Amino acid sequence: MLSIPCPWCGPRDEPEFLFGGEPAVRPVPAADVTDAAWADYLYFRDNDKGPHAEIWCHAAGCGQWFVMRRDTATHAILSVRKPGEPA
Amino acid sequence: MTARRLSQGGRIDRTKPLPFTWHGTAMTGFAGDTVASALLANGVKIVGRSFKYHRARGIFGAWVEEPNGILDLEYNGAHDPNARATTVQLQAGMAARGVNARPDVDRDIYRGIDLLNRFLPAGFYYKTFFPNWHRYEPRIRAMAGLGRLRGDTDARHFENRSALADVLVVGAGPAGLAAARAASSAGLSVILADDRAEIGGSLLWNDATIDGYAGIDWAAHALVNSGVRILSRTTVFGAYDDGAFGLLECRATAPTGWAEDRLWTVRARQTILAPGAIERPLVFPHNDRPGVMLAAAALNYLRQYGVLVGDEVVVATNNDSAYATALALREAGATVTLADVRPALPDVAHAAQSVGIRVLANSVVLNTVGSGGVRLVDIGPADAASPRDATMRVPASVVATSGGFSPAVHLHSQSRGKLRWDESRAAFLPAGTVANQHFVAADTLAEAIAQGHGAGIAAATALGRTVTIAPPTTPTAPQADPIRPYWCVPIKGVRQWLDLQNDVTVKDVRLAARENYSSVEHLKRYTTLGMATDQGKTSNVNGLALLATATGQTIPQVGTTTFRPPYTPVTLGALAGMRHGALYAPWRHLPAHAEHAALNADMREYGNWWRPACYKRPGETAADAIQREAAAARRSAGLFDGSSLGKIIVDGPDAAAFLNLMYYNEVANLKPGRLRYVLLLRENGVVYDDGVVARIGPGRYQLSPSSSHTAGVLAMLEAWHQTEYPSLRVALHDVTSAWATFALSGPDSRNLLAPMTDIELTALPHMAFADGTILGIAGRIARVSFTGERSYEISVPASYGPSLWRALLQTDATPYGIESLSVLRAEKGYILIGTDTDGMTLPDDLGISGPLRAKKVDFVGKRSLTTPDALRLDRRQFVGLLPLDPHAVPHVGSHAIERTATGVRSLGWVTSACHSPALGRSIALGMIERGRALIESGGEVELFHLGKTSRAKIVSPVFYDAAGEKLHG
Amino acid sequence: MRYSSLSLFRQGLSGHQGWPQAWRSPALKPTYDAVVIGGGGHGLAAAYYLAKVHGIKNVAVLERGWLGGGNTGRNTTIVRSNYFFPQSVALFDFALRQYEQLSEELNYNIMLSQRGILNIGHTEHQMELMARNVNAMLVNGIDVELLDAQQVRHELPLANFSADARYPILGGFTQRRGGVARHDAVAWGYARAADAFGIDIVQNCEVTDFRVEGGRLVGLETSLGPVSAGTFGLSASGHNGVLARKAGFRLPLTSYALQAMVSEPIKPVLDTVAMSWATGMYVSQSDKGELVFGAGLDLYPSYAQRGNLNVAQGVVAGMLEIFPAFRGLKMLRQWAGIVDVPWDYSPILGPSPVQNLHLNAGWGTGGFKATPAGGYFLAHAMATGEHHPISRPFDLSRFSTGAFIDEAAGAGISH
Repeated sequence: MLSIPCPWCGPRDEPEFLFGGEPAVRPVPAADVTDAAWADYLYFRDNDKGPHAEIWCHAAGCGQWFVMRRDTATHAILSVRKPGEPA
Repeated sequence: MTARRLSQGGRIDRTKPLPFTWHGTAMTGFAGDTVASALLANGVKIVGRSFKYHRARGIFGAWVEEPNGILDLEYNGAHDPNARATTVQLQAGMAARGVNARPDVDRDIYRGIDLLNRFLPAGFYYKTFFPNWHRYEPRIRAMAGLGRLRGDTDARHFENRSALADVLVVGAGPAGLAAARAASSAGLSVILADDRAEIGGSLLWNDATIDGYAGIDWAAHALVNSGVRILSRTTVFGAYDDGAFGLLECRATAPTGWAEDRLWTVRARQTILAPGAIERPLVFPHNDRPGVMLAAAALNYLRQYGVLVGDEVVVATNNDSAYATALALREAGATVTLADVRPALPDVAHAAQSVGIRVLANSVVLNTVGSGGVRLVDIGPADAASPRDATMRVPASVVATSGGFSPAVHLHSQSRGKLRWDESRAAFLPAGTVANQHFVAADTLAEAIAQGHGAGIAAATALGRTVTIAPPTTPTAPQADPIRPYWCVPIKGVRQWLDLQNDVTVKDVRLAARENYSSVEHLKRYTTLGMATDQGKTSNVNGLALLATATGQTIPQVGTTTFRPPYTPVTLGALAGMRHGALYAPWRHLPAHAEHAALNADMREYGNWWRPACYKRPGETAADAIQREAAAARRSAGLFDGSSLGKIIVDGPDAAAFLNLMYYNEVANLKPGRLRYVLLLRENGVVYDDGVVARIGPGRYQLSPSSSHTAGVLAMLEAWHQTEYPSLRVALHDVTSAWATFALSGPDSRNLLAPMTDIELTALPHMAFADGTILGIAGRIARVSFTGERSYEISVPASYGPSLWRALLQTDATPYGIESLSVLRAEKGYILIGTDTDGMTLPDDLGISGPLRAKKVDFVGKRSLTTPDALRLDRRQFVGLLPLDPHAVPHVGSHAIERTATGVRSLGWVTSACHSPALGRSIALGMIERGRALIESGGEVELFHLGKTSRAKIVSPVFYDAAGEKLHG
Repeated sequence: MRYSSLSLFRQGLSGHQGWPQAWRSPALKPTYDAVVIGGGGHGLAAAYYLAKVHGIKNVAVLERGWLGGGNTGRNTTIVRSNYFFPQSVALFDFALRQYEQLSEELNYNIMLSQRGILNIGHTEHQMELMARNVNAMLVNGIDVELLDAQQVRHELPLANFSADARYPILGGFTQRRGGVARHDAVAWGYARAADAFGIDIVQNCEVTDFRVEGGRLVGLETSLGPVSAGTFGLSASGHNGVLARKAGFRLPLTSYALQAMVSEPIKPVLDTVAMSWATGMYVSQSDKGELVFGAGLDLYPSYAQRGNLNVAQGVVAGMLEIFPAFRGLKMLRQWAGIVDVPWDYSPILGPSPVQNLHLNAGWGTGGFKATPAGGYFLAHAMATGEHHPISRPFDLSRFSTGAFIDEAAGAGISH
């Protein structure tokens, strides 16, 4: 059970959080991209083993989304930041 | 001879006898006994039958390592089919039985299976019983399993708890006590967890002097006034992420009505693992006979429970530790012969010899003889090649054996710690450390105390604190002579057991190696070594050492299997804790719940909401009530509780722009005071939800997602706002539970409602709303309809819900439930999200395609509506179906089928169906391939349900008032 | 030596000294006709079918750890083909039909136990969806039965039929041909049979890199040295995404931990496989007597092959909600496999963006039941360079076209 350092609330237990996937850049304007590029945004993932960029939401807490780097092989949390903050 | 209770000694209370039964026979133990010690004290030798060969089994260990003493135990109304006799505290009135035997463990009718053992080696079932496995399996299944579950419920009460600590210390032996003592002196919060009832660990049976006190007396006082929180009878069973540990607190003596077992999650900043070590036996021919037990266990029974395991004992060892057992048993009056596989006698042998113990060097047990238990023991040279090499035959009822100790590295390994094989101790020890963890793996008492205290210092230092007390002192013990690893007697052709519960022998390991199941994981799975309820605590190391020998590898090359939680089995009820019934998934109640109950509503669950399906009158079936209610709403007026419908406020100067990016439909041009029906898509284009959007003001909207999607819609909008459009100034609030909302629907609705409100209803067109008062209560009335009739949704603060419901009921409007509403909306062809739609439905499939063409904004899901699959012409589309037999209602879930040359093909399915009171006939809705074209052509389809077929005409899904005169009138 | 009751008897008389190795431990050769990455059930099956069906015997299976040690050895052993869409039925029923004769074909008892798989419905809505499912299966030629509450009770006497149950049981449906098989035996049986064809199963051999020349895969770097081949298959379950990245492309996959647990063994109390649509749990009782159970995925991507306690607690609570009689039993082991989950929960089969590399990926939580199919169609693609008709709908291109095979969506269950 992870102890996740919410950038607003501090460390809280994993069940309070929601995993939101890898950050993916939405193609703009979407109408102009190919089916393949749209699929790449929607479905294709790095799925790294090791350090992995993720977005999470402190759903049962402050409700805020944030960016977290986490090692998917060890579950170690490497960093968290609020959206828009420099990595 | 059998074991017996001594008249004195031990930590039991002889003034508190506890009656219990064994296979129905009355016996007596004492307070402080385990079930195992009580059984031994009462002379019970056979406590179980092995899993495979049904061999007689006796008590082998004294704690969690026990493989044999698995009992069916009943106590205080609760029943445990697989209780471990060595760890359960005896209670007055317990009823114990052996398992895996019929009629009982002494007379087990299956014991003859053992005669076939040569044909039943490891994995024999992979080589036979096919192709007709289904014929053999039921008989094999019936043989398998240990205990027998009784009853279909278990009323015990379980709890979960959580705790935080600066330091968690696992194990309250001398090392753990020293560690906890040191850490708490540094001002840290410390939790000390130990699985025994009494703290002290090995001090409970070993001789020791610490700080001038007898070891166990020191243990009792070491933490007085320290502030350390001691959790006894609490097993730390699993290590999880970020310093979280799972603990099981067994409160077997808990009074009825209180939690029997509690599962703790403890998160600690630092953890000190001082779990001690588990003894493993020497492996020798016929080492499974009742009476063969671990040397430390024999000592344990004597010291802790005042039970002498036998009057004639052979001690078999490869290390010094068993000499303590020999000396203690001798002192208690037993005749002791000690066989030591080491070629030269160790120093400690002299002490043994001086009290009359016969000590034999280079010797090992070559055979045990006896029916139902050891009677004679053959001893011979450690390198014997045959049982005939025995040099003596000793009468003995017990073989107490030690093959060395395996530190309980389970939690270290679960925490991703690596292990290394330590040659000098012949054991796996932690290699390196785990962050924020300290492992104590001491060989002697002095080391244990020093390492424990040192771990306390290390933990304190890591947390920036200082230990303020000196370590406890203990006299230096003489240096022990080294252990000599000895994995089995080199005799072929006789069985030497490794895993006593699962009947895995040395031959099985050799067979696995011969067949190249030579990975240690293959060995485990092929032979089932270590897969029994003791999880191989006494057998794993012996097994993999033998695998190494058989495959010509070293033990480090073979490695060890993964240690997985739990360390010892964990009660399922404790894992679930209080999460059951309504606490597993709470029900939501409507504000007027009591009013519905008073009307005898047929309450059912809809997406966690507990809602009226219909309101049955006396003598009515639910189907009758639904028809009556739907008809009443069309004829005069009906009253519906729609309070569960979502209400999300979207506030802010950019609310219109934001919602226009979210919704499929245009919402920015909606005028204040007006409503619009909208769809919300996922980014993959699929219809996620539908609902009505109300524009309250220039910068304020209220959304009405469907009841079960409100939380999901809010979460989705929040995610989009925060992650994709953070610059848009909007705020979202879920106000669903703040309001009670009732729909008054039907031709009479306006007349019934008008006298109750100051809102001018005639000025309120369809899809508009107004704020005002209803019976003096500030609220809102929205003209919106899910029935197709003139309809008003009346919203007031939730606390006024019950009284408003009662008042509306006074108007003679007929209350109708959600099933009746479903009929009314089906007549109108209104979709029900999740019923008529599914995870593939695109808006055009529902016939709603305008926004894709007209709306310029790049709304969620837009791009996905132009993929090749989305543009396919043969998609399933939303249609109405009129069964050719107007009296037959098609079953929801029926498929429309097409018969082709090669078989039958599904064209789609019926999503809703009912008898329509308005049409006086059956109707249905469905998703049918090329459905709109079929409507145009007036096509028919064949419907299929469970092998029966019928026909239906494909029509527009709007069966009633297609012109909308009722709705707008 | 053929396995049989007779050979077992003879070996019993001679102390089992004569059993040969089930498979060899060969050294890795520098070149093969075909190389399969991943020595789980699927990869071993692919090697076997390459030899048996296509006559390609100069084959290596590269396994990072020990054969059968990934998800093959970590699942809840359920086999079934009760699928909604005809494409899925074709795929999974192919697998089940192979399973039905696999013990004999491989001369290895995989202990296929067709004790049925029973889905339990708890609301009227679920019962309607079950009818939709059952009719789809019947139309697709899968023999399933829709059951009422009494029939479910007959099959699951220990399920919670009390009046105050949180999830009342209104009915269910069962596929009698579904059931369980001994998971390790499937891997071992395929391994032994593949080895008998002369195929090299190379354990402790980790693929570290891909040699791609002109968009075409020509060889692999491994921990045991380089290897080249005419055709390659990727069948590494949870690690498919990681290996694809090494080969230079991404897959629409996310790897999660999927937990499973067993209880201590008890005498038989559960004679079918039960799954609840309310709590998502599934449970069966092994031939050893252990209850084997699991439910949903852990909450976030992981390669750690271990389950988390809070998720396990939820899984257990979900099972006890349906089977309160099991409250007093004990969890004996808890573990996790790493599953590669695609958006639509259907596998990704056939060509990859790199020529010569064929995919057997995305089996997600349901790979074990498909082992023979995964192997068969991967072998077909590797041998012929083309899809088998049954695997074609599962091509990677569906993520661009939108032609998903979304079983959960079709069955009316939202993800």
